[in-house]
Amino acid sequence: MNAALAIAPASPLLEVRGVGHFYGNRLGCQEVSFDLYPGEVLGIVGESGSGKTTLLSCLAGRLDFAEGRIRYDSRSDGLVDLATLSEAKRRVLMRTEWGIVHQNPRDGLRMGVSAGANIGERLMAVGQRHFGKIRAAAGDWLAQVEIAADRMDDLPMSFSGGMQQRLQIARNLVTGPRLVFMDEPTGGLDVSVQARLLDLLRRLVADMSLSVILVTHDLAVARLLAHRLMVMKGGHVVESGLTDQVLDDPHHPYTQLLVSSMLQV
Amino acid sequence: MDQSFVLQVRDLSKDFTVHTQGGVKIAVFAGLDLDLEAGRCVALHGPSGCGKSTLLRSLYANYKPDAGQILIRHGEAVVDMVSAEPRIVLAVRRYTLGYVSQFLRVIPRVPAIDVVAEPAILAGIPLALAREKAASLLERLNVSRRLWDLAPATFSGGEQQRVNVARGFIVDYPVLLLDEPTASLDAGNRETVVQLMEEAKARGAGLVGIFHDKEIRDRIADRLFDLPRLQSAA
Ligand SMILES: Nc1ncnc2c1ncn2[C@@H]1O[C@H](COP(=O)(O)OP(=O)(O)OP(=O)(O)O)[C@@H](O)[C@H]1O
Ligand SMILES: Nc1ncnc2c1ncn2[C@@H]1O[C@H](COP(=O)(O)OP(=O)(O)OP(=O)(O)O)[C@@H](O)[C@H]1O
Ligand SMILES: [Mg+2]
Ligand SMILES: [Mg+2]
Repeated sequence: MNAALAIAPASPLLEVRGVGHFYGNRLGCQEVSFDLYPGEVLGIVGESGSGKTTLLSCLAGRLDFAEGRIRYDSRSDGLVDLATLSEAKRRVLMRTEWGIVHQNPRDGLRMGVSAGANIGERLMAVGQRHFGKIRAAAGDWLAQVEIAADRMDDLPMSFSGGMQQRLQIARNLVTGPRLVFMDEPTGGLDVSVQARLLDLLRRLVADMSLSVILVTHDLAVARLLAHRLMVMKGGHVVESGLTDQVLDDPHHPYTQLLVSSMLQV
Repeated sequence: MDQSFVLQVRDLSKDFTVHTQGGVKIAVFAGLDLDLEAGRCVALHGPSGCGKSTLLRSLYANYKPDAGQILIRHGEAVVDMVSAEPRIVLAVRRYTLGYVSQFLRVIPRVPAIDVVAEPAILAGIPLALAREKAASLLERLNVSRRLWDLAPATFSGGEQQRVNVARGFIVDYPVLLLDEPTASLDAGNRETVVQLMEEAKARGAGLVGIFHDKEIRDRIADRLFDLPRLQSAA
């Protein structure tokens, strides 16, 4: 019992302090601070244009942010400062410890190569060379994301949107990342296809104890997947806390509006 | 906190400010103190709308109080649910604090048996044992076997509530919060829920409950906690 109670990891995986980014003089996001602990799923919600994708891009090292500091506790080098990390090291991190799931699977998949190769090339990028093993791992992951084995050699082009999204998830998780960034992973999918994807994500996140930063405009998705929420408006975080607390007892006027305009979450 | 207590509430206040309705303020309660010993049950009591569910949800940190403390014994530690970080609150919910809500919140595509087993798995109980416990609870609560592998979205209100009760009792939490656990159940199933609560008390759990049914309240509660009628609205 006591071992189980040992409350939670003591040090954060990601430390974000005062992060901000402007596009010219248009505000992207500003003054964002939080800690993400191993195994935590942080949801970022808010209206269109509120800065969610901008923030995610800063965090994932895809955008050179002008303000603030982001530190990541890497497996290989300990605590690193993202702003001063060399491009080479950043690329290694992206391949080995991070994953990025894009809203549009076309941005995260290579449409010109087979499903199996989409998964396999990630393993090759981290140094695996044995063809048989790579193919077996690709087959395993296709099964995990509920894609039939006989589709392995097909191009992603021939897949439905939901299948493409599941393939993108397999491609990201095959290397066993610790931190995954997701931008609207269920956006643009039918409701029933969404439910299946959500169920899959819920299972994988728990089984692999992934840390996830999840951008979504769908509060029901946030409720199912996220432990904590940050609510953004006009580039700023206006409210944050435990997911069910933010959704059931919202304090900020904007959060109340957001929650009350959803049917039932 | 004295060793005999599992839960202590100090000077707790809760208001709602509804900005979507012109900033109307609802002061639900203020300055509440409550003590709960292991193996005891306190029943929250008072007229409809006086804040019983609001207090229970605050104890679970589902609602955020404006002032005061909610101290809960979590293993060797004492955690204040009002000021603790989200991850600490989640750890308390995982191992120490259970909550049977008034209605089941269904999770799409997840079968009833897994809905029930989930909290046990989160608390570190091996999958096979968790499913075994889930099956025996569903059995005791007369949930027909043919429903176990279906997602509860299509179940009747009473069936959903029994799944919900099973989910709340699958872990032996030291503290258990119950909001009308017997509502919408027939006499036989009500009796089973009373037994489950009595068993929980017997193993030393502290219970805080809301029971509209006077007979059940008299059987299970060791004392009543009266919430004053809602005072002010401005
Ligand atoms: N490349 C860019 N150049 C100029 N302005 C941009 C660029 N990308 C985003 N912006 C602006 O920054 C602000 C935040 O945009 P962002 O894409 O982060 O919003 P979002 O919250 O992700 O919205 P959505 O829910 O619609 O995806 C918006 O005002 C947007 O117009
Ligand atoms: N999320 C919320 N936002 C705003 N007001 C709320 C919220 N939850 C409860 N209230 C208000 O708080 C007051 C107390 O409600 P609560 O549900 O706690 O009463 P109760 O004693 O459980 O009543 P009942 O016996 O009818 O279940 C009511 O005025 C209610 O409208
Ligand atoms: Mg966006
Ligand atoms: Mg109530």
